[in-house]
Amino acid sequence: MTEVRKRGGKGGDADSVSDKEADGEDRLGLPGEAGGDGEYKADTPSVPPSTADNTPQFLKEAVEGLNPRWKNCCIRGVLSMAMISGFFMMIYLGPIMLIVVVMTIQIKCFQEIIDIGYRVYHSYELPWFRTLSWYFLVCVNYFFYGETLAEYFGALVQREEPLQFLVRYHRFISFAVYLAGFCMFVLSLVKKHYRLQFYMFAWTHVTLLIVVTQSHLVIQNLFEGMIWFLVPVSIVICNDIMAYLFGFFFGRTPLIKLSPKKTWEGFIGGFFGTLVFGFILAYLLAQFQYFVCPVEYNSETNRFTAECEPSDIFVMHEYTLPFTVQSILRWKTVTIYPYQIHSVALSTFGSLIGPFGGFFASGFKRAFKIKDFADTIPGHGGIMDRFDCQYLMATFTHVYIASFIRGPNPSKVLQQLLVLQPEQQLSIFNAMRDRLRDRGILPPAATEAM
Amino acid sequence: MTELRHRGTTENDLQHQQSEDKGSESEGKAEKDGASDSESKPDTGPPGVPVPADDTPEVLNKALSGLSSRWKNWWVRGILTLAMISFFFFIIYLGPMVLMLIVLCVQIKCFQEIIHIGYSVYHSYHLPWFRTLSWYFLLCVNYFFYGETVTDYFSNLVQREEPLRILSKYHRLISFAMYLTGFCMFVLSLVKKHYRLQFYMFGWTHVTLLIVVTQSHLIIHNLFEGMIWFIVPISCVICNDIMAYMFGFFFGRTPLIKLSPKKTWEGFIGGFFSTVVFGILLSYVMAGYSFFVCPVEFNSDRNSFEVDCEPSDLFQLQDYALPAALESLTGWPTLRLYPFQIHSISLSAFASLMGPFGGFFASGFKRAFKIKDFANTIPGHGGIMDRFDCQYLMATFVNVYIASFIRGPNPAKVVQQLLALRLDQQLHIFNSLKTHLTERGLLEEEA
Repeated sequence: MTEVRKRGGKGGDADSVSDKEADGEDRLGLPGEAGGDGEYKADTPSVPPSTADNTPQFLKEAVEGLNPRWKNCCIRGVLSMAMISGFFMMIYLGPIMLIVVVMTIQIKCFQEIIDIGYRVYHSYELPWFRTLSWYFLVCVNYFFYGETLAEYFGALVQREEPLQFLVRYHRFISFAVYLAGFCMFVLSLVKKHYRLQFYMFAWTHVTLLIVVTQSHLVIQNLFEGMIWFLVPVSIVICNDIMAYLFGFFFGRTPLIKLSPKKTWEGFIGGFFGTLVFGFILAYLLAQFQYFVCPVEYNSETNRFTAECEPSDIFVMHEYTLPFTVQSILRWKTVTIYPYQIHSVALSTFGSLIGPFGGFFASGFKRAFKIKDFADTIPGHGGIMDRFDCQYLMATFTHVYIASFIRGPNPSKVLQQLLVLQPEQQLSIFNAMRDRLRDRGILPPAATEAM
Repeated sequence: MTELRHRGTTENDLQHQQSEDKGSESEGKAEKDGASDSESKPDTGPPGVPVPADDTPEVLNKALSGLSSRWKNWWVRGILTLAMISFFFFIIYLGPMVLMLIVLCVQIKCFQEIIHIGYSVYHSYHLPWFRTLSWYFLLCVNYFFYGETVTDYFSNLVQREEPLRILSKYHRLISFAMYLTGFCMFVLSLVKKHYRLQFYMFGWTHVTLLIVVTQSHLIIHNLFEGMIWFIVPISCVICNDIMAYMFGFFFGRTPLIKLSPKKTWEGFIGGFFSTVVFGILLSYVMAGYSFFVCPVEFNSDRNSFEVDCEPSDLFQLQDYALPAALESLTGWPTLRLYPFQIHSISLSAFASLMGPFGGFFASGFKRAFKIKDFANTIPGHGGIMDRFDCQYLMATFVNVYIASFIRGPNPAKVVQQLLALRLDQQLHIFNSLKTHLTERGLLEEEA
């Protein structure tokens, strides 16, 4: 709260990172930690702070005249507006663009974290290690993208022979590719550097676990419908901002020692603010097919389309209000989308648990004595700084969808069916026929026409 | 190769030598290690892992008190080897349920050993909450995997019991909630002076979980396919260790890799060929019994596991026409084999070529952290992890192999998913299936 910030346009996505930045400043001022950390034998960090000033020249000139405090705010404000506009443009450009952007962000986050690992362990000179880290990234991405593509592009895959082969033996191929990397790692072990190499191996794998798996969950959420990507991401951003605002105006009681700038008032205010925001945003987006329809690949036109009959949760329903609420509001029923009720669950998670992702990242930065993950975005730090709260949210949304919203993916089930043995297929076919006849979906046997 | 050994019967040899191999390797390594591993960074000194206490039971000590200490060591190892082999046969006899339990126990012990090393390396015994959190994460991940297994293979039982059905329907959510609780507890437990240590232990725990727990569950999946898919891979790895040692002992000359100076190319290649032969023979012996080849199923009427089925094509003897070259060599026109024996060649090949890399990885790990053995659970052999380090890659390979080449998806699971779809989706799939079957000629065109 040492900086007042200039807010860009509407309550959009200006990011409240001043908390983290302020944390950083606090931390640098505390000498006790450095001494305490020395008690274990591992590495003293001396991670050089990222001092490169990434700000473009024209911005610097524009804010020349202002006082340095305002200068920083202006830069951050401008960048925030740039990020928001970028966000809207990508939404406009459609799902493929979003996937490409998610992929890019994932690669950048991975690079930032690996870079920190190199600095912490002074391991730039380790033989092969850069190559291996990127190689493992490619492997794991290949595995996940292969699984995703096979699911959603069934028609395309069936058509092309080499793709069919790749899909059928996908796991085997992925495993072989990973094993090659594993063997290269073993062969690259050098006597003096065993421990370092194992540390970097583990560091790479944990990073892959966090960054890559969750970016793929984000993409799977996207395929469910762009609204399942937009609403959670916006909720997390909004929670950051609301928590900051409430903390700024009403903040008094500190929340957690790890982040001294966070306050209970901000936390609770952020919670309610995000609930309302999520509710309204869900209402706005649920009206458009572009957002609510599952993304499908149309093999005739070779494009992605989002066109469908909106499912039940995106159709307005009337809900009878419970008695007490009725007496307060004097409305008997309220007409909302069922999705808005789901958005309440998403907002709750984003507000209550999302901050833990932020605390984790703060703790990580303190542990390794770095101010920001990197210096990619002037005034904001690295990509990872922007996305640290999003990860838990992505996993939660995915699990939520799997548990409460959709059943299994029909094209995947069909694919599995087609791979079974013919006798098994026949028996399933007959069982299905009987079942559908019982339900009245199929006409009974005598009148069935081919 | 510095020790002569007393040979017992054939099978005892196998285990005996495998352990011997690891023993001599680690001893050699301890001598060579010394100061050469000290790195340029302030990562100074050995991690201070205490020299393990002598775990040998008193009875053994007395029986061997007369012998010189070198022979005493071999006898201890030999006896323990025999004990482990008998135990292995015994649990196979007891059936799949006991095997699952054993796999679970081995997994927990391996996890404990590796976490313990982490504590020693980082002097982090006193970290607040950390022991609890490690065990809690182990519990979460196991709950998740066992839940998926139970849902897959015990669907009848699960559908019947109401609480199980709810647990199964929301399984992912429950597992995620449990994991999140652990995550939040970790964040809340961060203490100012210990941030880095705590993050290290967090990372250490997660990598251990990734290696140990996921692969033990792959082993259990393999087991459910049929006990032969569990026994043959494990035996191939063990046999490879032993054969490589023997060939190395008698013919070894050219070193294989700097990481393990006792391994030789002769051992490696000899081990490869003999493991392939061993695998073929073992598969031949086992493929005849339905106890080994049938998928393990849970009979919900009798509430027990059974292995009773019509053996699949893989386990029926078939005639293969030998290529002309081999025909002239052996004078046989055809060969009667189980198709599974051909698969066993790939399994043996993998065990011989890649299995050692798992061993090198573990050797490198032990050198990196300057420990002789993972623990001292088995007298003369080291920890459980020492025995199982080559097995992990094998388990994953077998699982991937089965999924790619042997079975398709589990039909019961597909049916389950079908029934969960909406009716219009079911109809759509039904029509696609009908078209597919009609094209294949499996379904007659109805007038």
